Amino acid sequence: MCQVDEEYNGQLEHRGAPRVSKKCVKCKENTAVLIIRAGDAFCRGCFKDYFIHKFRAMLGKNRVIFPGEKVLLAVSGGPASISMLSQVQEGLSRDAPKKLRFVPGIIYIDDGGASGQSMEERKRAVAQLESVFRATNYHYHIVHLEQVSSLPSSVLEAGSSATEKPETGLSYKAAVDHFIQTRKNQNQHSDLSVENGQSHLSSLSMQEVQNEVTSPITPEHTQALQRLFASVRTLTAKEDLLHTLRQHLILHTARTQGYTKVMMGDSCSRLAIKLLSNISLGRGASLAMDTGFSDPRYGDVVIVRPMRDYSSKEIAYYNRMFDIPSVFIPGLDTKAQDKASIQRLTESFVTKLQTDFPSTVSTIYRTSEKLHTACPPQNTNTQLSAKCLLCVCALDTKLEEFSAYQATLISEQLSQRRGQGPGFTPGGQSQGCETGEGGCCSSAKSVGIHVSCPQCIRLQCLHYCTAGLCTLSVQNINTVLILRCNPPLFGLYKVSKAFHRDAGPC
Amino acid sequence: FLLPLGLTHPHLLFGSVKEHHVTLPNQSEPWDMKQLLVWIRGNMLKERPELFVQGDTVRPGILVLINDADWELMGELEYELQDKDNVVFISTLHGG
Repeated sequence: MCQVDEEYNGQLEHRGAPRVSKKCVKCKENTAVLIIRAGDAFCRGCFKDYFIHKFRAMLGKNRVIFPGEKVLLAVSGGPASISMLSQVQEGLSRDAPKKLRFVPGIIYIDDGGASGQSMEERKRAVAQLESVFRATNYHYHIVHLEQVSSLPSSVLEAGSSATEKPETGLSYKAAVDHFIQTRKNQNQHSDLSVENGQSHLSSLSMQEVQNEVTSPITPEHTQALQRLFASVRTLTAKEDLLHTLRQHLILHTARTQGYTKVMMGDSCSRLAIKLLSNISLGRGASLAMDTGFSDPRYGDVVIVRPMRDYSSKEIAYYNRMFDIPSVFIPGLDTKAQDKASIQRLTESFVTKLQTDFPSTVSTIYRTSEKLHTACPPQNTNTQLSAKCLLCVCALDTKLEEFSAYQATLISEQLSQRRGQGPGFTPGGQSQGCETGEGGCCSSAKSVGIHVSCPQCIRLQCLHYCTAGLCTLSVQNINTVLILRCNPPLFGLYKVSKAFHRDAGPC
Repeated sequence: FLLPLGLTHPHLLFGSVKEHHVTLPNQSEPWDMKQLLVWIRGNMLKERPELFVQGDTVRPGILVLINDADWELMGELEYELQDKDNVVFISTLHGG
């Protein structure tokens, strides 16, 4: 059976004893300073070239970023996203041979409210990151997780799926050529004009930036957020909820500020871990989108992952060698035990396996590259209602023989208690639910309040998304308590409205 | 002998100080990385040693650089420390 420490009676092909002063495998001249993958030793110069080249090759291979597009860089402060930021700077710089041509913006989401940090700590972290962002001269947005409560419910919907091609409908190559031609015609010093354009953009936005950063969050907002996270029982669900909320905030910012692409800094190692965790969480149906290079689920905004070919080791080493400052911000799972959540456990498993078998991560990565999103036949009737409310992925709810969905329904039926469920007790008041009579949950008519028993919520959620964790997130949440917050947290409010709309037998 | 010690991310376990200069006590045999780790565990780690060392070696996911070179190229645990060697521990993990 598969175990990390399994005995192979000495037949195990362990990595050989390291040799001292190896030469770089590329230039064969300089002394190697780093081993990547399963034994390629690189010297400092060759490593830098390799690193930079990989980024541009990744963008060049997947031709999704058109010239002049506005691209939002999601930076968390961690090494991978900071590295991505520096690669974007590198690629956009004037003297780069085949420079990238898009208009970048940066977004940072301050989730200190959810991970229990104090306001001073959060301000300190934000200040540190701001100094990094200012040095890039790109427009940046600092968004607090608390702002999720003021998001419109349109965030939960996929935008139109028309890809953002220039009006002329050119193919990628033609678009690039067209762009170059236009620039040349505009100004003799074409490079200068681009630079002027970009600095103009950033000077324009400095005023807006002030507003973005100082949007005040009240302690009540933070408390509401903390209540939400406190009511989620497991760390696994918390981490997933955090991820979902962050995605929504990023999406909203992208939409309102006119960004058509979002770059996430997920590294190869991180994606390998994500792949395995997602399978454990029941999200197998959306693997291609969750771990692929481009994630088209939102329609009008496409998420791309240009760092997906870099292992954490390469990133860490590059940041160290070339002084890229990353900011450490404690998160939900900092110092958590290995078994605290499914994500942590998977991370620990993969990392341990990687030390003895250095091709683990790349094998998982190569497997994930082969996954493609199967596009179901586009049918306007089913399209609108067939997405999960929380993760906007297609529902995996076709009730076929031996499908996972059928199995889940069966086990739900078997484990449901007979008779009327216990009245849900939010804050001491007991409110019953009318499942017993075969009708659906009644809902209090006032805005934002929906009363139902947890079992009902569980089953209802199932009808919306069999991606196990979306079910998990919502069923773990003390729904009524949250919906009583004023204003109600948008997603759950929408969820309750949907239940009310579909009132029928549970 | 004197040893500058750098930390990224695991610094939380070391009282949040990122850089340490350590002087190792004299002994007859030269110090190697294995002994250094034992020494660090005994003298410097403030909490949760299992997040830094695992058994004989560092926890998987922690990158070790000796004088800015990958320790895998230097012999990993068998590398013998010289005076003024610069050792850096970088965590590539999510938590900690």
